[in-house]
Amino acid sequence: MTFDMSQFHQVFFDETAEHLVNMESLLLAINVQQPESEDLNAIFRAAHSIKGGAATFGFSDLAELTHVLENLLDKVRKNELPLSRDIVDASLLSGDLLKEMLAFHRGDEPVDEARIAVLKQKLEQLSIPGQAAVPAPAVAVQPTAAALPSRLHIEIYPPVAMHVDELWQRLAALGSLQIMQAPDEQADPVIPALALLSTESPCDDVVEMLAFLLPPEAFKVVEDLTVEDDGVGFFSLPPIAPTGDIAFEEDGFGLFAPLPASNVASHGDIAFEEDGFGLFAPLPAGPADGKAGIAFEEDGFGLFEPLPAASAAPVSMAGSVTAPVPVKEPVRSEARPAAVAASGAGENSIRVSTDKVDLLLNLVGELVITQSMLMQYGSGLDSVEHENLLNSISLLQRNSRELQEAVMSIRMMPIAFVFNRFPRVVRDLAGKLDKQVELKMVGENTELDKGFIEKLSDPLTHLVRNSLDHGIESPEQRRAKGKKETGLLTLRAFHEGGSIVIEVTDDGAGLRRDKILAKARESGLPVTDSMSDTEVWALIFEPGFSTAAEVTDVSGRGVGMDVVRKNIVAMGGRIDISSMVDIGTTMTIRLPLTLAIMDGMSIKIADETYVLPLNYILESLQPAPSEVKTIAGRGQVVSVRGEYLPIVSVADYFAIDTPATQPDKSILIIVESSGQKVALMVDELLGQQQFVVKNLEANYRKVEGLSGATIMGDGRVALILDVAAIVRVNLQKAHGEILTAQLH
Amino acid sequence: MGVATMDANNSSDTDKVRREYLVFALGSEEYGIDILKVQEIRGYDAVTRLAKSPSFIKGVINLRGHIVPIVDMRIKFDVGNVIYNDFTVVIILNVLNRTVGMVVDGVSDVIELSGDDIRPAPEFGAVMNTNYIQGLGVVGERMIIMVDIEKLMSSDEMALMDAAVAANV
Repeated sequence: MTFDMSQFHQVFFDETAEHLVNMESLLLAINVQQPESEDLNAIFRAAHSIKGGAATFGFSDLAELTHVLENLLDKVRKNELPLSRDIVDASLLSGDLLKEMLAFHRGDEPVDEARIAVLKQKLEQLSIPGQAAVPAPAVAVQPTAAALPSRLHIEIYPPVAMHVDELWQRLAALGSLQIMQAPDEQADPVIPALALLSTESPCDDVVEMLAFLLPPEAFKVVEDLTVEDDGVGFFSLPPIAPTGDIAFEEDGFGLFAPLPASNVASHGDIAFEEDGFGLFAPLPAGPADGKAGIAFEEDGFGLFEPLPAASAAPVSMAGSVTAPVPVKEPVRSEARPAAVAASGAGENSIRVSTDKVDLLLNLVGELVITQSMLMQYGSGLDSVEHENLLNSISLLQRNSRELQEAVMSIRMMPIAFVFNRFPRVVRDLAGKLDKQVELKMVGENTELDKGFIEKLSDPLTHLVRNSLDHGIESPEQRRAKGKKETGLLTLRAFHEGGSIVIEVTDDGAGLRRDKILAKARESGLPVTDSMSDTEVWALIFEPGFSTAAEVTDVSGRGVGMDVVRKNIVAMGGRIDISSMVDIGTTMTIRLPLTLAIMDGMSIKIADETYVLPLNYILESLQPAPSEVKTIAGRGQVVSVRGEYLPIVSVADYFAIDTPATQPDKSILIIVESSGQKVALMVDELLGQQQFVVKNLEANYRKVEGLSGATIMGDGRVALILDVAAIVRVNLQKAHGEILTAQLH
Repeated sequence: MGVATMDANNSSDTDKVRREYLVFALGSEEYGIDILKVQEIRGYDAVTRLAKSPSFIKGVINLRGHIVPIVDMRIKFDVGNVIYNDFTVVIILNVLNRTVGMVVDGVSDVIELSGDDIRPAPEFGAVMNTNYIQGLGVVGERMIIMVDIEKLMSSDEMALMDAAVAANV
């Protein structure tokens, strides 16, 4: 059997990404002057876990960088180094680089070696002062650090032990490995495989590596402390005897570490401590202990901790040779399951691929359709004669609705997944722009479809950068305007009706109407002074439009806002702006709750059924003949409360033969897209319901004017109108006609 | 002469492999397609018209939750009798990870042919462009036109796929 480590890589990548996110958010939240020691420990732990995993899977680049970072963080958490802004910055940068390295291992671009080298140097520099000031405790953390390799006794129990060769090879990579004993499964009790590893890697790393490969009960690692305590009831073993003579336990409880024979043991029996069953490591006594404390590598989970030598330890080195009283070693392997259990309880979740969820969603969609077909057939039956059948059908309806909702909720994730990146973005950007900005996030737990989470982050980042760069003024300007020097940027998410609303609000300078209009004229856009504010603000979404006086590193290139709008519209949403000079600007993104299900109005044109997404619909009406006017060369308009809206006949748009072509004999549905209102002319409204959106492109191609398809209760396909495209085409046609009219 | 023998030697292994082909009728001609590309055969039913599409694209159907376009080959190649009734046959194809349905005049049978049985296609007057024709299959008295259905369905003239998808063929 060979261990295919690559099958665990995905888990490692996911876990490391989580650790990095965790580390970053902790770093951002930390108070540099008075850091909470708990936070410092948590940051250290994250780095430590990344290092352990990276080393296990042979990602040495990750492991090396994390190692340097870990050293620095370790000093900080022990108060040997004061936390400084520089350290936070360097740690954040390390996080970034680690992310890039991770991306590289997942198949991305390699990371620039020079940057890593520079960062490592920086991290090392930062950790120097502490080392000089308080050298002793630094040794205490890893008593066997660089100078003295730690010696680990490793036991592997069958049946796993039958494949130990592979394991030994991996362990040998960490240091020098001496195989003491081949496993014997036939023996009673079973004889485990034994090896002695001299390594500079901490015991924990070895334990973690084994824990990845083996079930926790199948191995045991015992650290042999080469450095002696001061001799009060706690003796470590001197280096292993050249004879390799080994004694191991017969009882197989795994509570006692096998004790390698020492050179002294050759002329004396090895004494086992018989009492206590190894549950507790003996406590080191002596004045040194109190001060040095017990350096918990894993921060206190697990029952056993190795007892590091106190700073006074080296003194008693000689004593151990003459007084070899072997003691039980702390059994480190027991600590792992406890840790796993603890983290398991914290996060009660499983990772499932989105494909599986989508498949489930698809199947449930089918079920709902089948159920509504049953409903339809059932409605034709006699309700007395088929009472039981009809009751069952309505029960089925309720169950399938509930099932649908439950499955939908699997895809839902809190928007915090997008928001969480912004503290960092804002912090970096504010520093770069010399502005003071406070970020407020509201409604981070608002849930939305996972598909949106991924697609939202780019547009939102753009909006946030824009707000910081163009919106919020410099502290001097703000003071001059009588505002607080610190600008406020608010990210807010909430549900409204059937949609999710995300607002990016700043209390900055606001949009300047005159500037935008001037810029629009310059770019040759058709604008007039009489345009409404909404129309003016919408201009900034035009391609190539930027009012920034100069192109900065942050924004102003004029690409962006149009891309933002394109992305939002592609998700079936829309974006609106409201702004007041010197009060601020709010960008509002509205998205449907989910990609897969949509509220829609089914309409009928001749004998064809179409679906109109509800979020575009403002109202529907049946106009009186007097309200419809024909404008020469520009088609018909309808007057709705004083507003003249162009009438677009869906039948004409899709070239459908329909007898009803008179607006006053049809139904007009007022829709709005990108601030433009249009009256769509249809024959009949069928009703409003939820539709499972299906992609047309999966087996066909994009059809202009259609955004997808859905399956109706009778199993037939109905097409979903792309309102945005219809409005856009109408607008272009209108513009074209104006131009033609002007030419004549 | 020497070249011909070499060819025969090289190809003899692959040519002995017998493959199955589905034979369908279009007008007076018989066509064969690789049966592995065929998902199922069904009747013509409940097609939703797609606006702004060529006339031979009849629309889309709901095939167990999937939206599948339907092409009428009779209209495309201007043969046969374009009527839709209970006997109208739709072959559902799986090509390039897509599902497409095509209406033909009828499905006759499944035949087994080895490479030896397929002759290179001469320039002849089939309704289909020779680009999509792999050769002529001879089964007794019958001549069956072997069609590279994947190539045909991904071609521009079928207008079934966006250019980007078809380019990946």
